[in-house]
Amino acid sequence: MRLQNGGMVDRSKVIRFSFDGVPVEGFAGDTVASALLGRGQRLIGRSFKYHRPRGVLSAGSEEPNALVTVGRGAAQEPNVRATVQEISEGLEVFSQNAWPSLKRDVLSVNDRLWPFLGAGFYYKTFMWPRAFWEKIYEPVIRRAAGLGGLSGAAPDERYQKAFAYCDVLVIGAGPSGLMAAKLAALAGADVILADEDSQPGGRLNAERLEIGGQTGAAWGQAVLAELRAMPNVRVMTRTTVTGAYDQGTYGALERKPAGSPAQEVFWRIVAKRAILAAGAIERSIAFADNDRPGVMTAGALRAYVNRWAVSPAPRVAIFGNNDDAHKTAQDLVAAGVQVVAVIDSRPDAKVPAGPYEVLTGAVVEGSAGRLGLTSITVRHQGRARKIAVGCLAVSGGWNPSVHLTCHMNGRPTWRADIASFVPTPGAIPGLTAVGACNGAFSTAACLREAVAATREALAKIGLEAPQLEIPSAEDAPYRIDPLWAVPGKGRAWLDFQNDVTVKDVKQAATENFRSVEHMKRYTTQGMATDQGKNSNVAALAVLADATGRGIPETGTTTFRPPYSPVSIAAMGAGGQGMGFAPQRFTTSHAASLAAGAPMIEAGLWYRPSFFPRAGETTWRQSCDREVGFVRNTVGICDVSTLGKIDIQGPDAGAFLDLVYTNMFSTLKQGRVRYGLMLREDGYVMDDGTTARLGPQHYVMTTTTAAAGEVMRHLDFVSQCLRPDLDVRYTSVTEQWAQFAVAGPKSRDLLNQLLETPIDNETWPFMSCGAIRIGGVEGRLFRISFSGEHAYEVAVPARFGASLFSHLVEMAKQHGGGAYGMEALNVLRIEKGHITHAEIHGRTTAFDCGFEKMVSAKKDCIGKTMSQRPGLLDPMRERFIGLRPVAATGKITAGAHLFNPGDPAQRAFDQGYVTSVAFSPDLGHDIGLAFVKNGPARIGETLRLVDHLRGVETQVQICDPVFIDPEGGRTRG
Amino acid sequence: MVDLMAAGPAQGILPLDVAGFSIRAADVGHLTHVAPFAGQAAALDGALRAAHGLGWPAPNRSLDAAPGRIIWFGREAAMLIGPAPGAALADHAALADQSDAWAAIEVQGAGIEDVLARLVPVDTRLASFGQGHTLRSQIQHMNGSITRLGPDRVLFLVFRSMAATLVHDLQEAILGLG
Repeated sequence: MRLQNGGMVDRSKVIRFSFDGVPVEGFAGDTVASALLGRGQRLIGRSFKYHRPRGVLSAGSEEPNALVTVGRGAAQEPNVRATVQEISEGLEVFSQNAWPSLKRDVLSVNDRLWPFLGAGFYYKTFMWPRAFWEKIYEPVIRRAAGLGGLSGAAPDERYQKAFAYCDVLVIGAGPSGLMAAKLAALAGADVILADEDSQPGGRLNAERLEIGGQTGAAWGQAVLAELRAMPNVRVMTRTTVTGAYDQGTYGALERKPAGSPAQEVFWRIVAKRAILAAGAIERSIAFADNDRPGVMTAGALRAYVNRWAVSPAPRVAIFGNNDDAHKTAQDLVAAGVQVVAVIDSRPDAKVPAGPYEVLTGAVVEGSAGRLGLTSITVRHQGRARKIAVGCLAVSGGWNPSVHLTCHMNGRPTWRADIASFVPTPGAIPGLTAVGACNGAFSTAACLREAVAATREALAKIGLEAPQLEIPSAEDAPYRIDPLWAVPGKGRAWLDFQNDVTVKDVKQAATENFRSVEHMKRYTTQGMATDQGKNSNVAALAVLADATGRGIPETGTTTFRPPYSPVSIAAMGAGGQGMGFAPQRFTTSHAASLAAGAPMIEAGLWYRPSFFPRAGETTWRQSCDREVGFVRNTVGICDVSTLGKIDIQGPDAGAFLDLVYTNMFSTLKQGRVRYGLMLREDGYVMDDGTTARLGPQHYVMTTTTAAAGEVMRHLDFVSQCLRPDLDVRYTSVTEQWAQFAVAGPKSRDLLNQLLETPIDNETWPFMSCGAIRIGGVEGRLFRISFSGEHAYEVAVPARFGASLFSHLVEMAKQHGGGAYGMEALNVLRIEKGHITHAEIHGRTTAFDCGFEKMVSAKKDCIGKTMSQRPGLLDPMRERFIGLRPVAATGKITAGAHLFNPGDPAQRAFDQGYVTSVAFSPDLGHDIGLAFVKNGPARIGETLRLVDHLRGVETQVQICDPVFIDPEGGRTRG
Repeated sequence: MVDLMAAGPAQGILPLDVAGFSIRAADVGHLTHVAPFAGQAAALDGALRAAHGLGWPAPNRSLDAAPGRIIWFGREAAMLIGPAPGAALADHAALADQSDAWAAIEVQGAGIEDVLARLVPVDTRLASFGQGHTLRSQIQHMNGSITRLGPDRVLFLVFRSMAATLVHDLQEAILGLG
């Protein structure tokens, strides 16, 4: 119910949203939880396992019960805490884990079956028969259990990630955080103040207290306004610092208000120092049926009454083991809510009187009400008594929010005087905990700690803190008498999120799951979205009791990031759709698309597969035609994606001699040589051609796939192995648009474009040099990947698109045209040229038949290692060609080879197929493969078996060069 | 004989005005990768002063002397932007023409630090990354060069082939602000 007066909501601004399709009205400043409580709705969700009716327990991000789904379709977001979600006009909110409705939930039958579903029931019940687990039990349990679900559609909202740097990061904007931020800001530090809430202030907004003569909330607003006006302060609201990482880095999730262009921003904040002012979370006390809607923590009730002016019910009782119970009663009375009774478990408590019954040395031992609390059973002086109430506020004391201080494997320290764990100083380098999260529970103590710790932090980064008067504030002592669970029959709930009871924890101990980590996993206590924030300490206290150890000896489970849930969409922000990876487009990209070419990805590059023409219905038809261009007339292919590295310096030749197996220092200017590069372990890393452009100037070509790897390798060699060599290099891949002009008519075509025509004498095979083409300075290389008379012509990239269209147009006049990756692959397989399908990281120069390319006259990287006896064994799988015995036989890549008569099993493996193509020239499939002692077995017949595709073919080992083995065409 | 036509890396996609930010292809003239040979740093510094009024930039810094600019570009490397390199530079350094290799894109607008914060994982606050400061870092998921030309002006260089991705990422960063 909404109270007549008070609160920080804006009653002039009515906001309409819906809950399970029913329209609900709230005020600006309301959360879903406060708005629903305001209209008397206590039942909000169903519990995880037993589908028990549940309502709001807390007023913050630790909420375990009131989880809802927000939005629908692609924007649907499950497991949103109603206590955090602000309402906005038109917001659609749905309850979870209930069918057909929240009030009538079929699976609440689980609750009747509870004697069979206790801790570890999975492990005991679903053992038998073994095969049933995967097929029957697990799918059924998965369907029954679980909370909200995803829509399955990709989200269409924008998520972002961002980076921030500051001198001082203040985590939490309650009294401690505000005080710390103010001092740091006045000292001139660059400050980030991050707070989870939409309205910073922390408990200042939830309590009736005074600071410096004004209300706490007013003081908080004033400090906040001051901070917001300072240029060196960034106040980040709705921002949860989720994790503490190395070197002062913190993860933080910023939730944007409704209507923002981005849904969430995941921040990485790097801070020189951090002040943790995360506050504390109130704990409940376990008693039978303590989970009914209407039972909540006392601090949460004060927040609902003081900040949002709502009460879950008109009649309220309060149960506690510390003075907060009485503070709550006073707040409620002041707000006009009827307090029926205050039940204080401390027999000797000195408590203030009020217009309500006070029972000391009393406990609540049970409750009633199917879909919401109707009464509680109180035991006082040995007698049980029923009291009719709609709301029970419980205070079992406060747990400092130590979580972030444990993210680097720190363990909190037990403080018996406050019956809580507090942060261990130094657990996170550069971070100091202050205020309630450090166990200081009075406002005055919070302010004092904040000032002292901030002063120290500022000094550490060389800043002097100015004098700052600490305003007066309440300094009440924290008086608590620990009470974790009320003894008695029935189920007393510890972990509301995972339906774990006191009995479950005791059962775990009985079954010897005595370590807190084992207990957690056996009972599932402390899992899911709240990560046990509400239940951990009570659960381990029960465990400590059950095992006869103390609480500090029992210890806590490990708190890991994130502090509260972070959506995967936020962590992967920017990676959706086009953002998945950078796209690299060649200068011929638009022309290729215009020609209808399907594009394939080669690393980050996009390259055309083939260029379909009218009447062609399969890729093979296009590919065969394009192969024909190159074999018979002329074809054009964009080869700009190959890595090009410009290498200069007096020692350039020596450098190349070291990285390549063969000799480059002796290469004549104006000539090109094919080179092979080994890794340090002697296996082949990459291959390509390198041209000598000047006395100290080379340009190296790498494969498209390994361009980055080769560059990194060159960096390693020049910086670590031979820093004495005076050589400089840089990538010029993107500077040049380079096109293969391949086929018998290639020179004729080029001579139509070149300002100075070329012939076989001036440009023999493997020559290179500067040219002028189309009014532009370019480079021409006579090299061939296809085995035909071919060139590669390079121009500055700005002219690439223009040159490509001219080349293709002219090729068409010669009866040729553009060719794509499919034809390029067929051409090179026909010629027996290797690619990374062959040099896949497990093959050596010897395996590839290139052992003679490893120069005997010099050393090179990988040479010694490549000469290990095992790598020179003729029985290694070595490079050969394959042809089918029958022309129609299929050869498939990845197939394995076996001797005729041997079973097609691993132990009999003779080798494997790396590349295959249909050769239009030969009229049948051809393949490249590695076969044990392959070169000595030319002519032998093998059994090709492709287990995956179900193919079996008789094949014959042959030379890997299928076309023009003498090389006459290349040189022609 | 044909005449080849030139096309810029961002042709057809820039200029753009997005939510108060202008994204333009920068007319940078020549880009020359300059890497001094062993022991030549001081001589190169002199040659750069003589030819272009510039000098050798310190790491993460650029030097500006219209019409030229030189920006630090990594270990023992810098990018000379604007004029064609003076002939004397080649005596002291490996020079590689990169005029077509990099897309130069300038972004201007109030609050550009918020855009940088969404793309670059380095401290780009004005106090740490002031005018004339330069970085080699990631831009979203690309490697590139970032130079602050003014309080609200930044020059991005990425591989020419990735120009469209940079424009996409810049737009996404800008459109999510607020």
